Amino acid sequence: MHELAVTQSILEISLRYANEAGAKQITGINLVIGEFASIVDDSVQFYWDTLAEGTIAQGAILHFERISGEMTCTNCKTVFHPKDTDFSCPNCSSLFVQITKGDEFRVDSIDVESLETQ
Amino acid sequence: MTTRVPIVENILNANDHLAEVNRARLDAAGVFSINIMASPGAGKTSLIEQTLPRLKERFRVAVVDGDIATSIDADRAAQAGADAAIQVNTGGDCHLDAVMLRGALEQLDLSRFELLIVENVGNLVCPASFKLGTHKSVLIASIPEGDDKPYKYPGMYRGVDALVVNKIDLLPYVPFRMEYFTHGVEVLNPGVNTFPLSAKTGEGMDAWLDWLTSQVKSKR
Repeated sequence: MHELAVTQSILEISLRYANEAGAKQITGINLVIGEFASIVDDSVQFYWDTLAEGTIAQGAILHFERISGEMTCTNCKTVFHPKDTDFSCPNCSSLFVQITKGDEFRVDSIDVESLETQ
Repeated sequence: MTTRVPIVENILNANDHLAEVNRARLDAAGVFSINIMASPGAGKTSLIEQTLPRLKERFRVAVVDGDIATSIDADRAAQAGADAAIQVNTGGDCHLDAVMLRGALEQLDLSRFELLIVENVGNLVCPASFKLGTHKSVLIASIPEGDDKPYKYPGMYRGVDALVVNKIDLLPYVPFRMEYFTHGVEVLNPGVNTFPLSAKTGEGMDAWLDWLTSQVKSKR
């Protein structure tokens, strides 16, 4: 994935919501990332430290909640976790399977310090 | 006091939104558009070169070429008969995004075309994540790349509407297990329109052109 563009987008979303909430400082960003949405945590944090500098998001900690991948067999409805290159259903060997979890790629919430506390 | 502000917004929301704007613009002009993605060297430009002259009697076609640098691809498209060819240099970025396509659309009088072909930057990872607003996504796989690519780049194989398997003329010379390849494709994208062909010899081109033609016609 493209970590720089992704990080810019996370920052833009976070600042927009923090501004609406009247926050004076963003202390944490809570991200939900599925197993199939490939992204390197360390790279995002690396870009973050540079991009967020001078904004109210400077120093915010990025929390990555990883959602394990899950497939569902459309034939026998078995729910399973795929192994490497074998995506076939472990129960009936069908190849008609759907990804039902693991696509998540969103900013779930941010932790902020509000102006009211000053 | 620390409080939590709920957001629940997709990280690439801004790009997705702009992609919808691009789509609306193409729809308003009655232009059908495809986003061609593939690894470098799979034959994106070659397929476009072979497609353009064969569509010449049917449609007016614009091509938008994404590359990190140079205008080689747009030049080749223009040479092959594109009614317009726009080069977008991404300046280092490994994919086109909706902002870049918007810039290219602004340079085109869309009312003059029925088909827009967008050639993405050669890459099997990033282009899959950035919607452009095009109507259909087409992936070109090629025989020399190897038969394991669906397994290694599932994100790309999952999201496309059509799959061209190029360079089938090389099958006798390259170890490529078609069954293993097809199995991976079927799992990720069951029933995807697949067009085995050779842009070099022309074998299999007709099925691809028929599909493309029917897509353009259904748009008008």
